[in-house]
Amino acid sequence: MPPVLTLHHLTKSYGNTTVVAGIDLTVARGSCHGLLGPNGAGKTTTLRLALGLIAPDHGEITLLGHRLPQEGPLARARVGVVPQHDNLDPDFTVRENLLVYAHYFGLSSREIAARIPALLNFAGLTAKADATVATLSGGMKRRLTLARALVNDPELIILDEPTTGLDPQARHLVWQGLRQLVKQGKTLLLTTHFMDEAERLCDQLSIIDHGEIIAEGAPRALLADQIEPHVVEIYGEALPRWRAHLESLALRVETSGETLFCYTDDPAPLLARLAAVQHEGLHYLHRPANLEDLFLKLTGRDLRD
Amino acid sequence: MTPLSAPSRWFGWFAVWRRNLLVWRKLAFASILGNLADPLLYLLGLGFGLGRFLGKIDGVPYLTFLAAGTVAYSVMNTATFETLYSAFSRMHVQKTWEAILNTPLTLTDILIGEWVWATTKSALSGLAVVAVIWALDLAPFALTHLWLAPVILATGLAFAGLGLAVNALAPNYDFFLYYFTLFITPMVLMAGVFYPASALPDWLAILAQWLPLTHAVALARPLVLGQWPAEAGAHFAVLFVYGLIGFAFGLLLTQRRLLR
Repeated sequence: MPPVLTLHHLTKSYGNTTVVAGIDLTVARGSCHGLLGPNGAGKTTTLRLALGLIAPDHGEITLLGHRLPQEGPLARARVGVVPQHDNLDPDFTVRENLLVYAHYFGLSSREIAARIPALLNFAGLTAKADATVATLSGGMKRRLTLARALVNDPELIILDEPTTGLDPQARHLVWQGLRQLVKQGKTLLLTTHFMDEAERLCDQLSIIDHGEIIAEGAPRALLADQIEPHVVEIYGEALPRWRAHLESLALRVETSGETLFCYTDDPAPLLARLAAVQHEGLHYLHRPANLEDLFLKLTGRDLRD
Repeated sequence: MTPLSAPSRWFGWFAVWRRNLLVWRKLAFASILGNLADPLLYLLGLGFGLGRFLGKIDGVPYLTFLAAGTVAYSVMNTATFETLYSAFSRMHVQKTWEAILNTPLTLTDILIGEWVWATTKSALSGLAVVAVIWALDLAPFALTHLWLAPVILATGLAFAGLGLAVNALAPNYDFFLYYFTLFITPMVLMAGVFYPASALPDWLAILAQWLPLTHAVALARPLVLGQWPAEAGAHFAVLFVYGLIGFAFGLLLTQRRLLR
């Protein structure tokens, strides 16, 4: 099966700033593909390129068999988009938002009216059908935005940070909806900087930083290939005194704030040592390495704005 | 036109126009009431008040003279407000245009939809003034009144086009005050809405010939009074040129603003 989306050697600069620096990306049909990266890594620009909204400086974009940006309208007719910031139409009710958005795809009122009950049900907004957008909670708005992205029964759904700003309950509801879509055979391409989101939803990840893809693969494979399996986090007043000694028992260490992160294949010697000295004011936590560790290893611990 | 914003289909703009119509329909009663009440109050106030001192201008009562100019003025106002404040809300504040750009529609579809919509809305306010003229019997019905329809549409297209260009440049709502203070207000004073343009000093009269409202008034006033305007083709041409240039700049500038 041909891929849903291919980006080939894509670059995009604004003035002297290179935002996308040679990205190659293939999104397979039926997959949930995550684009992970810190703020300003080029995720949103990559999505805008992939939709044919902006032209690349170099490179080729093929979306659902169409060359972009030339054939943007034809490709976008089969794509749904959930933008980073809600841009629901505040002049309309929940139902009217779906209706009017369907008109933009050339659907008739009758065609979309038949599908609205199922979309409202999917979003859990059946009871709110005639409420105005202003009266919805943040989670409801997100779910309506997701339902709106489905009015044209798209093959690919592109989501830019779909759960940023939501509380945990609302995030779980959105995740549930997204998993349902993958089960129905839809392809998802999403950006996120929540590692648990990427781990739960995505079967393929591309980690992007400074406009380049720096690692790629299935979440588990990425972890197995790129990072030591065990992490011991150590903090406490006595840390400075023991630091050098503890560091010698780990394969790799990182410091973030007042916490020392020790990465290792075999945590036993380190844990034995810590158990012996913990009464002196050291606290520690042993856990398996996760995507967040990998992400921080690859993109560094410096703050991004 | 770049491939980024080429129209999606020839009727793509219609969905954008229809969206605005659906919103307008919710407030249609208030909107039509305003369309009728505003010119009514303002014509009666100025017309009766000033008219008493002025007597006749160009052979007709001042109220009639003013009403004829108000047809063009009212169309200009509505088209301008719609493409400045309302379109700016949709583009910049509500991000409605960004939402639409994620569908098959392109920026050209959006701007044509907004252009035609502002023209439609301004035509309603122009027709409302004509209705007031009939209701108050300010000018007896004449066949020339039918020709007010294309004049109203051409005036709407001209000012909606110009408004879209200004909208594309605006960082915020306050920016529009420059357009009103530096362009709209002086133009209204020079275009012959309130008094005949012949009352202006020569150099101002020449300047006024370059302003779109002058040509809208030059078409609308004789038609209201039952006369055929002189050089009608030239006046129409000026309005179309202003509308097209405004729209083209609006499209180019909005493209730079949103699609880069």
